[in-house]
Amino acid sequence: MPGPPPAIRKDGEPGWAAGLRKLYNSVVDEPLPDSFDDILKKLDESDEG
Amino acid sequence: MKADRDTAENKADEAFRKELLGTLPHLRAFARGLSGRPDYADDLAQEAAIKAWTARERYTPGTNMRAWTFAILRNHYLSELRRNRRQTDLDEGVAERMLVMDADQEGGIHLSDMDAALQQLAPERREAVMLVGAGGFTYEEAAEIADCAVGTMKSRVARARAELNRLLDAEPDPQALAKRNATVRGRSRRAAVEATDQPTRPRRRIG
Repeated sequence: MPGPPPAIRKDGEPGWAAGLRKLYNSVVDEPLPDSFDDILKKLDESDEG
Repeated sequence: MKADRDTAENKADEAFRKELLGTLPHLRAFARGLSGRPDYADDLAQEAAIKAWTARERYTPGTNMRAWTFAILRNHYLSELRRNRRQTDLDEGVAERMLVMDADQEGGIHLSDMDAALQQLAPERREAVMLVGAGGFTYEEAAEIADCAVGTMKSRVARARAELNRLLDAEPDPQALAKRNATVRGRSRRAAVEATDQPTRPRRRIG
């Protein structure tokens, strides 16, 4: 397992910066919850008629 | 001719729909960062997507759909805030997210710590660092989304970063982390989540 990245990367980025992106990406990577079924359906239906 | 026009419209709608669907996960992520509440964030994302769909004729194909929908989302969020005066409930939001993210680490930082720190920032700074630091927008794009001057955006991001540096010591290795935890003493950083039973000084023995 690779070790954790250094606290300050070469480009001067603090360690939390990667954490912030990961926090964001962790939500992006989640499958859409069931509560989105309605809007997905709406978007699907809207081309009819 | 009308048929041709209809076909063209359908095609445009179809392309828009595809792009919008692809943006939904990003809308969720942005909304969650802004509001700190997963359930509310999902509502916001859906409402923003509906608004975007309704306003699709104002979108210029080939421009940045994510930026366009983010602007819709944040404007909607702000007007909701004004209307409802809905309070961000840090404890509730953090507790909920802890369930899914507790074991997740990056660079020695618990995502739950990251999240808690993010929610401690002033809203406009949180938005700024979400857009630039998490969403990967340029200062110019972020300024347009947040409807402010580029200089203002830069200063918000800088302040947010300074604050996050302060809140999160960003020491990556376990030893440093353990040391940090041992010396946490009364800082509010972990307060909402983990400062349940850690005395800042040795407890006086009873009896």
